[in-house]
Amino acid sequence: MKQNDGRRWHDMGGQAAGPVPKEDHDFALWEKRIDALMVLCSAKGHFTVDGLRRALEDMGEDAFETMSYYERWVASLNQNLVEAGVYTPTELGERMEEIATRGETYGEAAHG
Amino acid sequence: MMPHDHHDHLSPSGHPYRKDNDEPLTYWQCMEIAMRELLIEKGVTTATEIASQIDTMDARSPANGAAVVARAWVDPAFKARLLENASRASREMGFDIGTLRLIALENTEDIHNVVVCTLCSCYPRNLLGLPPDWYKTRAYRSRVVKEPRKVLAEFGLELPAETTVRVHDSTADMRYIVIPVRPDGTENMTEEELAELVSRDSMIGTGIAKLPS
Repeated sequence: MKQNDGRRWHDMGGQAAGPVPKEDHDFALWEKRIDALMVLCSAKGHFTVDGLRRALEDMGEDAFETMSYYERWVASLNQNLVEAGVYTPTELGERMEEIATRGETYGEAAHG
Repeated sequence: MMPHDHHDHLSPSGHPYRKDNDEPLTYWQCMEIAMRELLIEKGVTTATEIASQIDTMDARSPANGAAVVARAWVDPAFKARLLENASRASREMGFDIGTLRLIALENTEDIHNVVVCTLCSCYPRNLLGLPPDWYKTRAYRSRVVKEPRKVLAEFGLELPAETTVRVHDSTADMRYIVIPVRPDGTENMTEEELAELVSRDSMIGTGIAKLPS
């Protein structure tokens, strides 16, 4: 498929690609939590699935190749919540700094 | 959402943390924790609500979709309602379909349907649970609309040349579920026994129903 066919990177239908990898994984707690937050925050009207998709698509192909599925959801959900004024980037950054001091693993940092 | 009184590798329930919880905290996991805590503190949601939503999703599995398919196999009137409006027919069985428009696609001896979301990862998660990783890959999304027979062959499904293959591209608001062909030799099976034959992949279209053992 030509690069300049007018489609954006996420519009993948019909392009050449390799074999379908069959591996699967059980979802980790943080992945289930971000999925739950997406469902709850959209149900409460803070953003829509279209907003989620817009941010994912604007993150670009590099993010698709280098970040995992739910890592991209974290980034997209965060962008939508900041845009909706639910919290500020400063609040998020300060909390992340504090969380990083709690321990080295997810379990320690999340208190469970 | 858990007590803050342990620094060993046991969770508050006394079980070891699963592997993912024991690995070094990543930047994005840290952001998830921060977002979740801020959302709770600001009253957007609660820890209980998040846990409940996770339980709801964990309870969704291909068994739900399989129950719908088995009902359609044994009850022609239900099948007609399912093909007319799959959201409404699934709700009849007590499944929460939300606001999604769900469309059931019936496989026949001549037609084989397969489902994809080329743009993203849209999937009938209310009936099948979360999508498998391969459903979200570039390879599946790109190729199944162009060379479905080759992709299906990679899943071990070789279709006769005379079978028509229809590929359905999902959207954020519209999801598909495939009703696989009921296998021969199942005439005397109960609805519950039939549901056991309906695999996840048979409802995506990358597989067919299992044969009775």
